[in-house]
Amino acid sequence: MNTSIQSSPISSSSEASWLSRFRDSDIWASFKRSKLTMVAAGIAVLFILAAICAGVLSPQDPFDPAQLELLNSRLPPIWDAEGQAPFLLGTDEQGRDIFSAILHGLRISLAVGILGVAFSATLGIALGLIAGYFGGFTDTLIMRIADVQLTFPAILIALLIDGVVKSVLGGELDAGTILSVLVFSIGLSFWVQYARTVRGSVLVEKNKDYVAAAKLIGLPASTILIKHILPNVTGPVLVIATINLALAIITEATLSFLGTGMPETMPSLGTLIRIGNNYLFSGEWWIVAFPSFALAMLVLSINLLGDWLRDALNPKLR
Amino acid sequence: MTDSHYVDVRDLRRVFEVSKPWLNRILEGGDRQFLKAVDGISFQIAKGETFALVGESGSGKSTVARMVVGLLPPSGGEVRIDNVPMVGRASSTERQRLRRRIQMIFQDPYASLNPRWRVAEIVAEPIRAFALIDGERDIKARVGELLSLVGLHPADGAKFPHEFSGGQRQRVAIARALASNAEFIVCDEPTSALDVSVQAQILNLMRDLQDRLGLTYLFISHNLAVVRHMASRIGVMYLGRLVEISGGRELFSSPKHPYTRMLLDAVPDLDMTSRQRLPVSGEIPNPINPPSGCTFNPRCPFTNERCRAEVPLLRDGVACHAIHEGRLSPLAAA
Amino acid sequence: MGAPVLSVRNLKVEFVTRRGVLKAIDDVSFDIERGEVLGVVGESGAGKSVTGSAVIGLIDPPGRIAGGQILLNGERIDNMSPEQIRKVRGKRVGMIFQDPLTSLNPLYTVGEQLEETIQTHTNLTRAGARKRAVDLLAEVGIPAPDRRIDSYPHEFSGGMRQRVVIALALCADPELIIADEPTTALDVSVQAQVIALLKRLGRERGTAIMLVTHDMGVIAETADRVAVMYAGRIAEIGPVEKVVRQPLHPYAQGLMGAIPTLKGHIHRLTQIPGSMPRLSAIPPGCSFNPRCPFAFERCKVDRPEAIARYEHPVACHLYDQSSAKVEVASDR
Repeated sequence: MNTSIQSSPISSSSEASWLSRFRDSDIWASFKRSKLTMVAAGIAVLFILAAICAGVLSPQDPFDPAQLELLNSRLPPIWDAEGQAPFLLGTDEQGRDIFSAILHGLRISLAVGILGVAFSATLGIALGLIAGYFGGFTDTLIMRIADVQLTFPAILIALLIDGVVKSVLGGELDAGTILSVLVFSIGLSFWVQYARTVRGSVLVEKNKDYVAAAKLIGLPASTILIKHILPNVTGPVLVIATINLALAIITEATLSFLGTGMPETMPSLGTLIRIGNNYLFSGEWWIVAFPSFALAMLVLSINLLGDWLRDALNPKLR
Repeated sequence: MTDSHYVDVRDLRRVFEVSKPWLNRILEGGDRQFLKAVDGISFQIAKGETFALVGESGSGKSTVARMVVGLLPPSGGEVRIDNVPMVGRASSTERQRLRRRIQMIFQDPYASLNPRWRVAEIVAEPIRAFALIDGERDIKARVGELLSLVGLHPADGAKFPHEFSGGQRQRVAIARALASNAEFIVCDEPTSALDVSVQAQILNLMRDLQDRLGLTYLFISHNLAVVRHMASRIGVMYLGRLVEISGGRELFSSPKHPYTRMLLDAVPDLDMTSRQRLPVSGEIPNPINPPSGCTFNPRCPFTNERCRAEVPLLRDGVACHAIHEGRLSPLAAA
Repeated sequence: MGAPVLSVRNLKVEFVTRRGVLKAIDDVSFDIERGEVLGVVGESGAGKSVTGSAVIGLIDPPGRIAGGQILLNGERIDNMSPEQIRKVRGKRVGMIFQDPLTSLNPLYTVGEQLEETIQTHTNLTRAGARKRAVDLLAEVGIPAPDRRIDSYPHEFSGGMRQRVVIALALCADPELIIADEPTTALDVSVQAQVIALLKRLGRERGTAIMLVTHDMGVIAETADRVAVMYAGRIAEIGPVEKVVRQPLHPYAQGLMGAIPTLKGHIHRLTQIPGSMPRLSAIPPGCSFNPRCPFAFERCKVDRPEAIARYEHPVACHLYDQSSAKVEVASDR
């Protein structure tokens, strides 16, 4: 009896470590195949490291007015005849080192971008899960709100929220509050895409039998959603999050450029570009050029990573 | 309650609305449309028995399965298991206690196991949900025991479902169904996604487990040969109704209903190489707009006026006017 | 009798992946005569569908034909240019797939599709093509063909659609029809009708038919000869009564015993342990040896070639006289 139930032994179950499984995966293979992706990943990692180590790498603290010398203002980059050490990329009108300002600005831009994406993804995933799983009126309500939101451009919504919050809280706000407002407004303007994508995936997943099996043992909907369905809808979310990170950084830069974002005392890349913009015609090109270049490279590399991730996670496109 | 009524299904009905959306109906006209997927089905299953429902696509057999386990609320009728009603009156603790005893094996082993979970976690989930065993070590031991029971290795628990073949996944699904010490297992086309040699392994395993654990099966399939091999009693469904219900051997040796006869004649079978078949005619009608009277009447060679007007009731194990009136006698055993 | 309609000689098909070259078809040979139905049967991964695709030149990269010859009425078609093979497809070789919807364009009526195909391959006029289309629909058993010809594919039921696809395959009066799981998507009662139709057409028109399916029942009903495939090779090929009733190869024996039938009564089905190896892990020697109850030393190292000791070829060392030591019971 016992032997009749036994099937042939299954291939020896050597438990592969997480790392070696990743090295064996299709994602890693497709990463290694694409040179462009590797370069983009290299640049993105470089930017992130630079932002993290900004305090160590930069010769001065650009947020500390005490360290700024007006004597050093408007110095050109170091390779120019008038350039001075340690101001690698020159200085602005307050004597702030552009290189240090970019490193610190990068940190703020990335922080706003990542926090904004995290906020919008959390909101969007939660609403998408609920709409897709419960359906009916809940679904209609959430998705109609999403439809209405889609008719407004993200930047307009961000401006609107920014304006409302500022008028409610009144007058001058400290940099920390402004940062939160930016994260909040970017989060609110990007959630729709997550909600729609997640809802679509949930509609497919909830009819699969592993969900039926979970219902059979009487698990509550919240458990089924979080433990069973959520892990199976994260693939597309990851792609959107990567591409949205670039978008969020750009949105923050636009808001700061328009003057509703980070203040000059704690500049992000967008603020730096706005400041530099004023000096473009008086010949101090470096004040605007280097922050713009940094922003462009950051956004481009993240976008390339997002494109690759989308292709790698969706074999049908290959 | 006797053991012969362990599972008692009475007059089970299920209607699906298939109307166009509300706004389209207002603008384009048209009434609400309903599909009677299951239309008044009754049967009993004795403890330790295998009862099978066979039918082609659209017969409503899978809908019955989902109502019996409680995944789908019936539009009418009643399902009682061990005298506890599945819907309505039972308290939630009573129903949770019942849930532990009823499990299901699904058709597609690629969709019935969560691809992101390790097999050990999948099998352990019912144990945790019903708090059957305390302590991680004991749960792990029980999972290993269950995996061995279905012919896998306890170490396979560390793998993900995609590392297994279809047959092995179906074994995992069976282990999960057994994890809560279930007594009654509803099997919805458990082998139709598998290759024949693997199908044989799974069918043998299911029979061995039944012998060993005294399981009761409701076996849903479109494959007559598989049903014949597995079931002690069989119900034949056509367009949401039971047209015939009889003992396993009897159904194949002396089928009564004209539809059953047609099906038996249509199955390509190994032992009937190059035989001449009786011509089979027509296809299953659209269930949204089924024929009046007996739904099989447009394809039936024995149709008369009454068949077109009046729905035959299941009597003496068959729902057919021609048999009831004596116009048609059951096929003699060959 | 003359030359066979289709002759496949030592066919090899490979798939190039980043993990190396996988042999999907490894040295497969068979013939199909005029009016004959050859059933190609096997479980998923056996290579039966790939064989069908290779014959009609539908192997797309990363797959490739790595060796052997395919002859259609004596003419080599495996080395033809894509343009030439396209002409062979449809005109000389008709195709029927599992899902009729993939073969029919939903935007055109059935008549338009039939007429277009007829006019591409013959020099009939429009009126002539239409008449022939109506005749074809009548031949495949579609009631009131002169009215149904102007319907769109979605207006037909599943079984009727498959009949239309068969009519489409017959348009140019092909020498060979390749039917890949033609009845798998259909209900039992409809399946029987389509099988009967295929059988009748082969008989009446003298068309050779290669019927690829996993369903032994369909093969037993329809085919004249059967090729049982396992892991990219033919294990056994012979007349249907012989292979179904008295299979020689241990795999074929296991397969036949594993199928529940409508007659007789057995408590347990024969069960072949394990499952078909993945293409990336085909065992050396006889690819069936790890699952074979009769395997001996030679099976693990030496790959068996087809032996025609009995009435039909079987690739198994048990039947090789030089190593014969076990006489296999051939009654199942």
